[in-house]
Amino acid sequence: MERTLIVFCHPALEKSRTNRALIEGVADLDGVTVSDLYERYPDFLIDVKREQDQLVEHERIVWQFPLFWYSTPSLMKEWMDVVFQYGWAYGRGGNALAGKRVKAVVTTGADAGSYTAEGFNGHTVRDLLLPLERSARMCGMEFAEPLVFYDALKLDGGGLARAVADYRKWLKEGD
Amino acid sequence: MANESMFVSAFIYLVAAVVSVPVAKRLGLSSVLGYLVAGMLIGPFALRLVGEEGQAVMHFSEFGVVMMLFLIGLELRPSMLWRMRLPIIGLGGSQVVLTTLAVTGGALAIGLGWQMALAVGLILALSSTAIVMQSLQEKGLGGTEAGRSAFSVLLFQDIAVIPILAALPLLATLPAAGGGGHDGGGNVLSDWLSHQPGWMNTLMVLGAVVGIIFAGRFVLQPLLALVAGTRVREAFVALALVLVIGIALLMNSLGVSAALGTFLAGVVLADSPYRHELESDIEPFKGILLGVFFISVGASIDFSLVAGNPWLVAGIVAGLFVAKALVLFVLGSFAGQGLDQRLIFSLYLAQGGEFGFVLLGMALSGGVLDERTCQVLVASVALSMALTPLVMLAEEKLVRPRFGTRVAGEREADEMAEDAPVILAGVGRFGNFVARMLRSQGVEVTVIDNDSEHIEFLRRLGIKAFYGDANRHDLLEAAGAAKASVLICTLGGEEQVARLISTARKHFPQLKIMVRAVSRNHEYELVEEGLDFVIHQNAGSAIQMAEAALRELGWRAHRASRAAKTFARHDHAATRALAGDHRDETTYIKRVRQSLSELEELFEQDAKRRERESATPWDAIQLRKDSAAGYPDAGGAKDGD
Ligand SMILES: Cc1cc2nc3c(=O)[nH]c(=O)nc-3n(C[C@H](O)[C@H](O)[C@H](O)COP(=O)(O)O)c2cc1C
Repeated sequence: MERTLIVFCHPALEKSRTNRALIEGVADLDGVTVSDLYERYPDFLIDVKREQDQLVEHERIVWQFPLFWYSTPSLMKEWMDVVFQYGWAYGRGGNALAGKRVKAVVTTGADAGSYTAEGFNGHTVRDLLLPLERSARMCGMEFAEPLVFYDALKLDGGGLARAVADYRKWLKEGD
Repeated sequence: MANESMFVSAFIYLVAAVVSVPVAKRLGLSSVLGYLVAGMLIGPFALRLVGEEGQAVMHFSEFGVVMMLFLIGLELRPSMLWRMRLPIIGLGGSQVVLTTLAVTGGALAIGLGWQMALAVGLILALSSTAIVMQSLQEKGLGGTEAGRSAFSVLLFQDIAVIPILAALPLLATLPAAGGGGHDGGGNVLSDWLSHQPGWMNTLMVLGAVVGIIFAGRFVLQPLLALVAGTRVREAFVALALVLVIGIALLMNSLGVSAALGTFLAGVVLADSPYRHELESDIEPFKGILLGVFFISVGASIDFSLVAGNPWLVAGIVAGLFVAKALVLFVLGSFAGQGLDQRLIFSLYLAQGGEFGFVLLGMALSGGVLDERTCQVLVASVALSMALTPLVMLAEEKLVRPRFGTRVAGEREADEMAEDAPVILAGVGRFGNFVARMLRSQGVEVTVIDNDSEHIEFLRRLGIKAFYGDANRHDLLEAAGAAKASVLICTLGGEEQVARLISTARKHFPQLKIMVRAVSRNHEYELVEEGLDFVIHQNAGSAIQMAEAALRELGWRAHRASRAAKTFARHDHAATRALAGDHRDETTYIKRVRQSLSELEELFEQDAKRRERESATPWDAIQLRKDSAAGYPDAGGAKDGD
């Protein structure tokens, strides 16, 4: 079975609703490992070796985070900066990640309509995540279409349940 | 009353020292010169404050030389001594042989018999360890090439005294005069020895040397540790004196130079953690004794004799200087010294020495030299010693500027200097962490602590650690404070901390001073001092403990971590803000009351801050509310707004 590593990044899960529902809703799945970055590295001192070993053990990587300023929360960026080392992830001899598939699972405050060329935000979420996509490709990984949960601030009850179900379905069945 | 006269002369000598040294220093002269001149002034030919006992005082204070050699030994690790064996034997050996030949030649030329001439040659070949080492140190020349060569030569001479002492009686041509010998006689051991064949004597000497080395390792070190462990300072000082005096006595009774014995003991202890403590305990005694010694040399110059034979004495002194300096100059060029170094080397060592007095006394009593010759020579040697500081001064002011001498040559970096960038004063539980952390980053730390067990332990881990009170200037100096960049103080008592700070600021202004405070009040005081860094001893660990507790309560790690850091930062700022107000209060009661109310204030501030902070980062809760209410900017805008 394909193993999936969810690199989860939310700085204040205690205040979260959507991401908490999502992560709690999928953590029990077989073959899914959740790596809670802000919990493990509250002081931003990332254990590079540990993270790399963990990546190697999984075929599928998920980056799950709330969209902050059209980007990832800061620890996610730190994580990429230090874990994707030259000679390991890319560059000469750097092929540890090659062939893996990576998917961003993102929650946004704004609604779906705003994330279009004509909409308020003027770009799709996929476009905004271009740095993630390029980085994944640089490391020989396949960047799947992001799974976006729009209007996350308003999701509750049925909406949240549906989001969790979508997430689970994707994790179990893939694209 | 005998005691009283002893006190009177002690008083006179010490007053002379107290007056002469500052005056000499004020005039830019060396302290040695000050002592010598003071001696001449209080001596029988000027103020007549001291008289016959001058000789006795001289013999007594010769012990300063013994102590000095002990201290020199402490500076020299065995490995270093071994590395110096070539210059010691090469330079020192040739100096003694060549100078003896030159002086003997001169003496023959003025009509002395060969035995007398040879005796004079041997006696005058020796230079003054006391004057030269003291001056080299004072002028900061100890580490230069010339300084090291001079040291090698002096060391050889000090060793050579033994065979010369043994050989002198063989040169006797006159009936023995008896008396006047300095340290011989009376002792059972030396009586017995004098009846043994020569090889027995040699064997005893070797035995003593081996004994000192052995005892140093296996008896003295543990003994020092034991006494240091009592933390009674004077017990340690007493032990240090016992050590030096004991070895001197032993060596004397074996007919070996006491200076050599203590020197060896010093070398053996150079590797021990008590090195600096011993050094600073013996140092003042040595200083005073040497000073008194120089004064007595000055006082012993028989000016009436000099006045009676001005040309003879002047000729001997000048001849001695020229002959010795020439020999040294030639040796210096063989040793590959630059011209500037060669000049220092040759001019500094050109006088007669204190061992000369000893040997002259022997020569007189043993019937080697007649009384008049002896007196003339004693006066000449004393004069040559007295003139040496002037020669040094001339070299320094007139000759050296022409050569642009590098005064401070490089030291043997690893051996002589302790140049870790960080000095850690106090290495208890707190200091331990500091040292470990810094060492883990490859930053060398020199530790000073007055707990002998800590020191032993750190030494075993390969950390440079010295035993003693960190607030002492000399110990700091020895630990390399002049070169270090940071001084970290984790001493316990507030008094001690204050003294360390003032010493460090006064003598080593370049040091960044970082201090661990033992209480809130202490922290305020230190903050007011304007130190580079002050931290409350519990600040770090207590806050970490609270952070861990928050996590145990189910807090997210990142939230707890931020809370802890914010708290620490805020607490730091609050302490600094309150430090100013803290200044006025005086009494203890007031202090306690104030610190309680401060604590209250701190708690209040914390509470207010909590309200403010809980509203801040990543607050999706407020966002959610506003978004539900249709507020346009909440969480990005809706399309079409
Ligand atoms: C610092 C910050 C920046 C944000 N930036 C954006 C943004 O650029 N675009 C957006 O659609 N929502 C933005 N949001 C809204 C979050 O994406 C939204 O609160 C989150 O997805 C809700 O998920 P949660 O309930 O798991 O916290 C931002 C929120 C915060 C706190």
